[in-house]
Amino acid sequence: MFEPIKGFGVSLANMFKPHVTEKYPEKMRPTAPRYHGRHILNRHPDGLEKCVGCELCAWACPADAIYVEGADNTDEERYSPGERYAGTYQINYLRCIFCGLCIEACPTRSLTMSNEYELANDSRQDLIFTKEQLLAPLLPGMEQPPHPLRLGDDEQDYYVGAMQNPGASAGAEYSPQQESARETAAKQGNGGAA
Amino acid sequence: MTVTQQKDGEIVETVTLTIDGIETTVPKGTLVIRAAEALGIAIPRFCDHPLLDPAGACRQCLVEVEGQRKPMTSCTTTCTDGMVVKTQLTSPVARKAQEGIMEFLLINHPLDCPICDKGGECPLQNQAMSNGRSDSRFVEEKRKYPTPLAISTQVLLDRERCVLCQRCTRFSEEIAGDPFIDLMERGAAEQIGVFSDTPYLEGDHAATNTSGDPFNSYYSGNTIQICPVGALTGSDYRFHSRPFDLVSTPSINEHDAGGDAIRVDHRRGSVMRRLSGEDSAVNEEWISDKTRFAFRYANGSDRLVYPRVRDEDGTLRETSWSEALLVAAEGLAAARDNGGVGVLTGGRVTVEDAYAYAKFARVALATNDVDFRVRPHSAEETAFLADYAAGVSPNNGGVTYTDVEQAPAVLLVGLEAEEEAPSLFLRLRKGNRKHGLRLFSVQPFASPGVTKANGTLLPVVPGGEAELLTALAGDAIGPSAEAEQARSAVRTDGAIILVGERLAAVPGGLSAAALLADTTGARLAWVPRRAGDRGAVDAGCLPTLLPGARPVSDLSGRVELASYWGVDSLPSAPGRDTAEMLVAAATGQLAGLVVGGVDPGDLPDPAAAEQAMEAVGFLVSLELRDGWVPQHANVVLPVAPVVEKAGSFLNWEGRLRIFDTVLSTGAMTDARVLNSIADEMGIALGTGDPRRIRAELAGLPAHEVRPTPPSYPAAELPKPDAGQAVLASWHHLLDLGSLQDNAEFLAGTARPAVVRLSAATAAEIGAQDGAQVTVSTERGAITLPLRISAMPDRVVWLPTNSAGSTVRRTLGTDAGAVVSIRTDGGARQAGDGAGHGTGDGAGHSTADGAGHGARHAQSTEEDQ
Repeated sequence: MFEPIKGFGVSLANMFKPHVTEKYPEKMRPTAPRYHGRHILNRHPDGLEKCVGCELCAWACPADAIYVEGADNTDEERYSPGERYAGTYQINYLRCIFCGLCIEACPTRSLTMSNEYELANDSRQDLIFTKEQLLAPLLPGMEQPPHPLRLGDDEQDYYVGAMQNPGASAGAEYSPQQESARETAAKQGNGGAA
Repeated sequence: MTVTQQKDGEIVETVTLTIDGIETTVPKGTLVIRAAEALGIAIPRFCDHPLLDPAGACRQCLVEVEGQRKPMTSCTTTCTDGMVVKTQLTSPVARKAQEGIMEFLLINHPLDCPICDKGGECPLQNQAMSNGRSDSRFVEEKRKYPTPLAISTQVLLDRERCVLCQRCTRFSEEIAGDPFIDLMERGAAEQIGVFSDTPYLEGDHAATNTSGDPFNSYYSGNTIQICPVGALTGSDYRFHSRPFDLVSTPSINEHDAGGDAIRVDHRRGSVMRRLSGEDSAVNEEWISDKTRFAFRYANGSDRLVYPRVRDEDGTLRETSWSEALLVAAEGLAAARDNGGVGVLTGGRVTVEDAYAYAKFARVALATNDVDFRVRPHSAEETAFLADYAAGVSPNNGGVTYTDVEQAPAVLLVGLEAEEEAPSLFLRLRKGNRKHGLRLFSVQPFASPGVTKANGTLLPVVPGGEAELLTALAGDAIGPSAEAEQARSAVRTDGAIILVGERLAAVPGGLSAAALLADTTGARLAWVPRRAGDRGAVDAGCLPTLLPGARPVSDLSGRVELASYWGVDSLPSAPGRDTAEMLVAAATGQLAGLVVGGVDPGDLPDPAAAEQAMEAVGFLVSLELRDGWVPQHANVVLPVAPVVEKAGSFLNWEGRLRIFDTVLSTGAMTDARVLNSIADEMGIALGTGDPRRIRAELAGLPAHEVRPTPPSYPAAELPKPDAGQAVLASWHHLLDLGSLQDNAEFLAGTARPAVVRLSAATAAEIGAQDGAQVTVSTERGAITLPLRISAMPDRVVWLPTNSAGSTVRRTLGTDAGAVVSIRTDGGARQAGDGAGHGTGDGAGHSTADGAGHGARHAQSTEEDQ
């Protein structure tokens, strides 16, 4: 006959312990700094794409989630320094297991991962992210490609100076849809993670 | 040294040596690198290629040989008796030497593997990992060149990546014979390059190089494939995919009758590139650029997807398969009972499809009116094919590539091997280089294909082939010194006569060739231009020939086949050939036509063919792409291109070349479509599945009745007046052919179209070399720049179907006819001609194909 009282005792004891339930999605806690989230295709400081379309990420991918087609830069239409850029770049987040091998494979540090994890969707189509969705947004001082080389005469000048002037991936942590959803949420005044 | 008796009875001298402690016995003269390969020991190498002469250029294959002071290159060292070789596996000396060489090679090789097309399948990349040092001691700046250097529209050169192995230059010199690319400069500046000013290219090579683009070899694509480092890459494939993306399916070349083994690399349902396969009996490891680069013809917007049926108001509308098949079946049954139906299959059918056409004609349409030939042909050719081509294969003594290569002499008649059978040309050239083959070619002038194989020209006026062959067969001393050489050469043991499809247009030509073969004992083989021609002969797509080389006239053969097919009887009257069928269709004797892949422009008189097809009551078109025939058909049934179906071709040897589906799209083969039409007609054709057809073909009861060889008289040679000439013509390998559509990089390397005249004839009409010469008939005119060539007087040569020169479409005639020649010299005309040439040559094909556009533009303009 003591069992019910014992049972209430469990509840009672837990009421005074610190609770671990997250207030998600009202409150988004920052992840660990090196959390493997959605990918970003970074840019050089002048806005040119770092991706050369080499497909090494696709090669490394154990889940076959990445699809790349290389294409030829011309002097009139230049997307990256050098001869080659990614004409098509897609990551299928239905397949991606966020292992990060693609990041290790990338020879130009073009592909990195953000901390963004809000990748649920109700359509398969929308979970195949295209190059436009993956590319880091333009920061001040950047110019939307295609445009000519601004930081030197050839690709060497881009890669040799890369350590001092790494370009940027800032601002790319959220996809455009989520960005607008967050703005709407902010307007309605019910919080949302900043 | 020991002498060993080999299995085939040949006595081969052998030597015994030790490699890495393993004793091995190899034929005398074997290179150490090959002997090691046979033992499964891989020595790293770049310059070594089994089909090229040893060069020792890259030094990567160094091995230690006991008793030698320094390491030796195993790719140039022949095995000797008692030799003791240690490779990198057992010898620190060899390993250190190889690592040192690799380090040297990498001094100037850029680390751009991520953007290099070769990355992932690169011998340098792989061997640097397996046989190189783990780190580099080189810190200095690497050598730089502007990249890429376009050495033609389809081959790009990155000189930074080159390790100077000279595979490409040796290929061009030894195999193709086109001196288009060579080593230049010295020392550290040594590099591969092209002669931009072509000072060393004289004569006919210069003739092919007027575009200022010296790399227009028909075989240049092979250099891309054999380049071990990614220095030569293809414009067409550039950056398109990576080796690990690609699914490779072996297939067979559909562009010519060579039957070349190819490898089709495709990614996500579309073909990215084609490479040469390896088949030492057929194409070795080489293919022509047309085979390599022309594969997008079925990808245009003119691809037929849905069946079409013509409504009563005359409009074609897309419809369902079931309706289209029903309409086709009803219409064909009605036409069959009201005069008959003819079947034109076109020359690109697979053996299986050809068999289905042949069986459909005999069983469902109860006629022998079936012909695969859409080109100039004759009754003489029909008889010749029945006797000399049908049923011949390497298994029963047919001439093979190897026979050609080892023949003491080969006589070509009506065949320009380089243009019409590119892999055969490589064998002829190899035979000449390695085995002393003497090539004789009966044609009006020495084309590059004859010169490069060190051939002897037996000049003839078109139509004079029969007379010349008869003279060679006779006992009299030949009409000229060259002919006398040929007369004795063709009598040597193992001599071969190769006749092309163009000889069909020469009255008595094939009869004379047969006579020559009979009197001299030389072997005779027929080399058609198109991939499907040879198979169509065996499958019975001829008006006088049933499948399995049975003459229609032979009762026992008919009965045998009827019982095999399970039908009561087969039609016994010999059918009509293509020309006769078209005449019958135009005059209403034929009520219907079933037309496979036929372009009226390929026929000797396209306008008449189109009139016939318009006049015929019921026209069924089985087509891949929209074109003239589908637009004028009552029912259009889309069929699969080669890449989307399984099947086989018989190459000119008669060798069965089976290929499987590369891309599974569900497109139907001609055979399956015909099977479905027959189903609707209530007839079981049984041609729905290629494997079943192959089994049926293999099970055909053997039949040994050979028809008698043809014996047709030679025709009187035309006598052109001043200002006239006899037309000679053949196809360039790269021209306006519809299978080359959508291959723009390839089109850039086509040989420029020129008019050829002898110096005397040119003087007669007052034309200088390079002047614009107009060749005309009452139908139309072709104006092209003149190239004076050594050829008989009053003979004019034009390419048959090149940009600015669509002979059959514009002139409405073909080789052997008398045409008018004159020179205008007007600058405007010159500009127009060049405009056509470059515009079409660039080949920016639109939906309906550059060919059609060009033809129409040409003919309307010239008609005015």
